[in-house]
Amino acid sequence: MKQEFPKGEIKAIRGRSFVIKGNDIDTDRIIPARFLKCVSFSALGEQVFADDRKELKGNHPFDLDQNKGANILVVNDNFGCGSSREHAPQALMRWGIRLIVGESFAEIFFGNCLALGIPCITSSKQEINKLQNLVNQNPTQIWDFNLKELSISNEKESFKLNLEEGAYKMLYSGKWDATSQLLDEEERIKDTVNNLPYLNSFKS
Amino acid sequence: MSSGTLYDKVWNFHQVKELPGGSTQLFVGLHLIHEVTSPQAFSALNEKNLDVKFPNLTVATVDHIVPTINQQRPFSDPLAEEMLTTLEKNCKSHGIKFHGIGSNSQGVVHVMAPELGLTQPGMTVACGDSHTSTHGAFGAIAFGIGTSQVRDVLASQSLAMKKLKVRRIWVDGSLQKGVYAKDLILHIIRLLGVKGGVGFAYEFAGPAIEKLSMEGRMTICNMAIEGGARCGYINPDETTFKYLKGKEYSPKGQEWDKAINWWKSIVTDSEAKFDDEIQLDGSSIEPTVTWGITPGQGISIKEKIPNPEMLPKNEQQIAKDACKYMNLEPDKPIEGTSIDVCFIGSCTNGRLSDLQEASKIVQGHRVATGIRAFVVPGSQKVAKEAKQKGIDKIFLTAGFEWREPGCSMCLAMNSDKLEGRQISASSSNRNFKGRQGSANGRTLLMSPAMVAAAAINGKVTDVRKLLQE
Repeated sequence: MKQEFPKGEIKAIRGRSFVIKGNDIDTDRIIPARFLKCVSFSALGEQVFADDRKELKGNHPFDLDQNKGANILVVNDNFGCGSSREHAPQALMRWGIRLIVGESFAEIFFGNCLALGIPCITSSKQEINKLQNLVNQNPTQIWDFNLKELSISNEKESFKLNLEEGAYKMLYSGKWDATSQLLDEEERIKDTVNNLPYLNSFKS
Repeated sequence: MSSGTLYDKVWNFHQVKELPGGSTQLFVGLHLIHEVTSPQAFSALNEKNLDVKFPNLTVATVDHIVPTINQQRPFSDPLAEEMLTTLEKNCKSHGIKFHGIGSNSQGVVHVMAPELGLTQPGMTVACGDSHTSTHGAFGAIAFGIGTSQVRDVLASQSLAMKKLKVRRIWVDGSLQKGVYAKDLILHIIRLLGVKGGVGFAYEFAGPAIEKLSMEGRMTICNMAIEGGARCGYINPDETTFKYLKGKEYSPKGQEWDKAINWWKSIVTDSEAKFDDEIQLDGSSIEPTVTWGITPGQGISIKEKIPNPEMLPKNEQQIAKDACKYMNLEPDKPIEGTSIDVCFIGSCTNGRLSDLQEASKIVQGHRVATGIRAFVVPGSQKVAKEAKQKGIDKIFLTAGFEWREPGCSMCLAMNSDKLEGRQISASSSNRNFKGRQGSANGRTLLMSPAMVAAAAINGKVTDVRKLLQE
């Protein structure tokens, strides 16, 4: 099933989920450097976690039949550390991931995901472990993410989640793609430039 | 909330406006671009019919994909050639200055921009590369960004950014002989963890930091990101000014004096408030080597490889993974670990002083039998100056390969790669699984002098033993 890329307000996400277990999973593992040799992101979906998948010979979560079409990833601590390469979230997004729930995220990775409209939301170690166990026990389970309530739930269970206010507001309002907002401020940008000593021969 | 720090002052100068949602529209004074993270940003710009707002504040070079052996165009790798051609076209059509292969100023973006004097105190610097934190060595606020943000900076010369907290890392004393900036930063990351800096800018200060050269300071700030900090910086001082004086893009004449006055005015106040403070003793630090798969898994050369069972609970799993992947035995000394490949280079340690220090170790010795060792200067300027000083000869005589400038095996986007299970001593910044080009290759991070010592002995060696000879 081909899913559309995120657009507009991102208030709810519904779908199946699966688990990528482990702390400090870095962007080199999410998309190895050799796949950065491209001038378009379009082919990256197939290459997500390429080396880990090769090593597991078809048994990696991104290869299992049961996970085809799933769109929620449940991860552990410091996910996405390392490089600033947007290729990593692009690869996940193009594979079909629309939401990542985890213990914590590396900062640039979090920002890159936000710029694509992919929420990265957190919960405690205990709660994430519980959620990962439930997801692993029943991979066909449909989960509902609700941004307003900051929860992910099925009919029986519900998990409270955390998201910093700025990202919350950007997703809620649909203004997570910053370009147009930044372009609104032509005059103020000029003022800033005029007040920057190093752009004005240090006159001031 | 911090106040009165360099970070606060520079932030205020560049603040365009508060955006809804608590982030700030921040003006970017210097935007550095290269071939890997910019093509999609230019495509997005073209699709939206947008111009580059301040083409004179964006500077380009090529580093990640350049071959380090034969740099004749077209490159033998058609994908690499396509990336370079795309960057050339984009720079040309948008009026951006490009420091290409034939320019004598090409190099790893974080090496070439400082040496041209492009990076100056008080600037905001952004680049689609996480090691942009390097430029903080000059008292700039510099951070890596993703490609969507590269697009934003091209279109508006600004970014939506959340203000970070500031942690001061105060380092007393001075580093012992044979202990370098690389050892200090590996030690700090070990201490605070690979995500210890998330949400923080790191201010590095104190006597041991002040004694560092600009190159050493760049090494420290370069790896702030490996500790999770989006940026790291050091207050500008006489060392900074001396480095910048006379550089191609540095202020000249009367402007120079005014610049110094402004640069002095932005340093952290003596009564500044920090969100967090940490103090350590620089003189107690030993040469440090990583044994695992994150830059935080480092130990001193005198220590044994940790037993995962003996580590805090939350570190055990990743330590078990690391031992398994690295095929290193717990409780055995790291010193003496056999290696296959030695790499001196990268934006962390590919500067002239790095090559110089390593060459002092190499002089009069031979690379051990069976070891492949190579040096990749960080930029064309580094290569030229090293040749003038005869440093290339020292390496070549000892059996090292001497290459053309680029990012090379640090992330292996060109043909410089580990093969199979090879294990390397590397002066680069990441020891992640597969980082240096082989899906199961292994990396031990250390200072360039330590890499040189490893090359000569064919195994991990305390460089101080060679210094005594």
